[in-house]
Amino acid sequence: MMIWDAHCHLSGVPGRTPDERMQQLIGYADRMGIERLCVFMGMTWSYDPSPEDMRRQNDDVLAALENWHDRAFGFVYLNPNHVEASLAELDRCVRDGPMVGVKLWVARHCNTLELDPIVARATALKAPVLQHTYIKATGNLPGESTPMELAELARRHPEAVLICAHTGADWEVGIRALRGCKNVSVDLCGFDPTAGVTEMAVRELGAERVLYGSDAGSRSFASQLGKVLGADIPASARKLILGENFKRLLMPILRQKGVRL
Amino acid sequence: MNSEVRSPKPERSSNSEGRRSEPASRVSGHLDGSRRDFLRVTTVLAAAAASGLVAENEAALAQGTASSSRKGPLVDTNITLSRWPERRLPLDETKALVAKLRSQGVTEAWAGSFDGLLHKDIASVNARLAAECHKEGRGMLVPFGSVNPTLPDWEEDLRRCHEEHHMPGIRLHPNYHRYQLDDPRFAKLLDLAGERKLIVQLAVSMEDERMQHPLMQVPHVDVKPLAVLLESRPGSRIVLLNWGRAVKSDQLPKLAGAGHVFFDIASVEGVGGVANLLKQVPDDRVVFGSQAPFFYFESALLKLKESPLTDPHLAAIRAGNAQRCRHAIA
Repeated sequence: MMIWDAHCHLSGVPGRTPDERMQQLIGYADRMGIERLCVFMGMTWSYDPSPEDMRRQNDDVLAALENWHDRAFGFVYLNPNHVEASLAELDRCVRDGPMVGVKLWVARHCNTLELDPIVARATALKAPVLQHTYIKATGNLPGESTPMELAELARRHPEAVLICAHTGADWEVGIRALRGCKNVSVDLCGFDPTAGVTEMAVRELGAERVLYGSDAGSRSFASQLGKVLGADIPASARKLILGENFKRLLMPILRQKGVRL
Repeated sequence: MNSEVRSPKPERSSNSEGRRSEPASRVSGHLDGSRRDFLRVTTVLAAAAASGLVAENEAALAQGTASSSRKGPLVDTNITLSRWPERRLPLDETKALVAKLRSQGVTEAWAGSFDGLLHKDIASVNARLAAECHKEGRGMLVPFGSVNPTLPDWEEDLRRCHEEHHMPGIRLHPNYHRYQLDDPRFAKLLDLAGERKLIVQLAVSMEDERMQHPLMQVPHVDVKPLAVLLESRPGSRIVLLNWGRAVKSDQLPKLAGAGHVFFDIASVEGVGGVANLLKQVPDDRVVFGSQAPFFYFESALLKLKESPLTDPHLAAIRAGNAQRCRHAIA
């Protein structure tokens, strides 16, 4: 059973350097039988990073990947409040570098037009775009996106490969919002292991659109794996969610980069 | 980027502490691809076996790589029967939940009732809970009745839990019942429970406050007053449930030092979370709790695999600490 974790971070993990933190992450991943990790964002985060901060955070990930290319992928962290700098960073880290996707967090709502050139460039590079989403009863951050907003973006970019991070966390709403957007997959990470989420995602979206991720290090690999291993779904669906789907989404850019798995 | 197409990278392995070891090829000289594949497969199977997802023969294979200490009793201190008010849960039929717990090796499960959150007829909630545990539990389910000290004559509910239903403890939901822990009624409840040698389970939360229904915003319980209350009640036994989002890490040693306070692992998060918890509280205060069926049971069980734990720690968390809480102290 191949397990690829679509959503990991260097924060929340002990270690003075990106490499030390990767060692820790890999050590825990080994204990859980996780073959590959996808890592994004730096050792310390900011909601609305300046171009310099973006580069610094992406440099952290590049450093983290340096010794773990056989175990980890990286997504470039971009900020749509700095479109030109984001496009340059996309070129540096993905087109000309080892990263294979884009991470967008909470700097700007993802339905705004500023995202269009970033998503278009990522799509041209065959890079998936993973967008953080949450629906908080306590109120979202000023620039924090919802799955409903991601659905708007998806409809503007039907060729893009989009990943709805956290399924909106309020997953009963998030899954509904994305049912009609066939180019959006959901990742199951970063919220409590509430029973039923995986069953509903498989029922409403199809197993092919559901990805395992952990949100480690702030979340446990175990609690998030439990969502998949504990779900009442067919074995074939479990296999897709644990790794096959993420691999399928990455294969176009991996092939383009000449990577053979 | 994959190493197969870039300049070859030395393949490295990590030990259980996550420290880098020598490149595998240098360590063994014979750790070829098939050996690595075997190790990976057995690791996955062990994880899957822990969650009861593999066939028996595959589980047996996985057990070959698992510590023998993973066998033995498993006490889940945090399950709940009946219906969550806002959605049907996959295992909210007691029979199905019991089957699941048995398949995972649970030998004893301390059960509260979701009805205890909002129902005002607490006496009938507890009577149903006791009957359900007796009927469906077949010796595994141990009922923990609800007591709401803001209701008139709550002392009678406490008495019935103890004397009529023979419960070893009670489960409190101060946030759903709208009182603070510095409320004199809570102090009195602790006193009366202590006189009866009842365990007091305190559910600090039931769900992430950010995901709550807009019409039911329930804050987490503020546990700050608890330490002072326990200092003068050395006989009290408290099990904190679902405390992960609400109790700050600097509060943990204070609570553990104030009395017999135990911490379940259902809401423990972060990589290596259980091992990290053991650095903050004594190792005899951590108990297994799943918060099933609200959470996937496997979440908690897999945490015991994620953290590098010694066999004595594993045995204590799986059952020993809970058993001591229930029997030895009493």
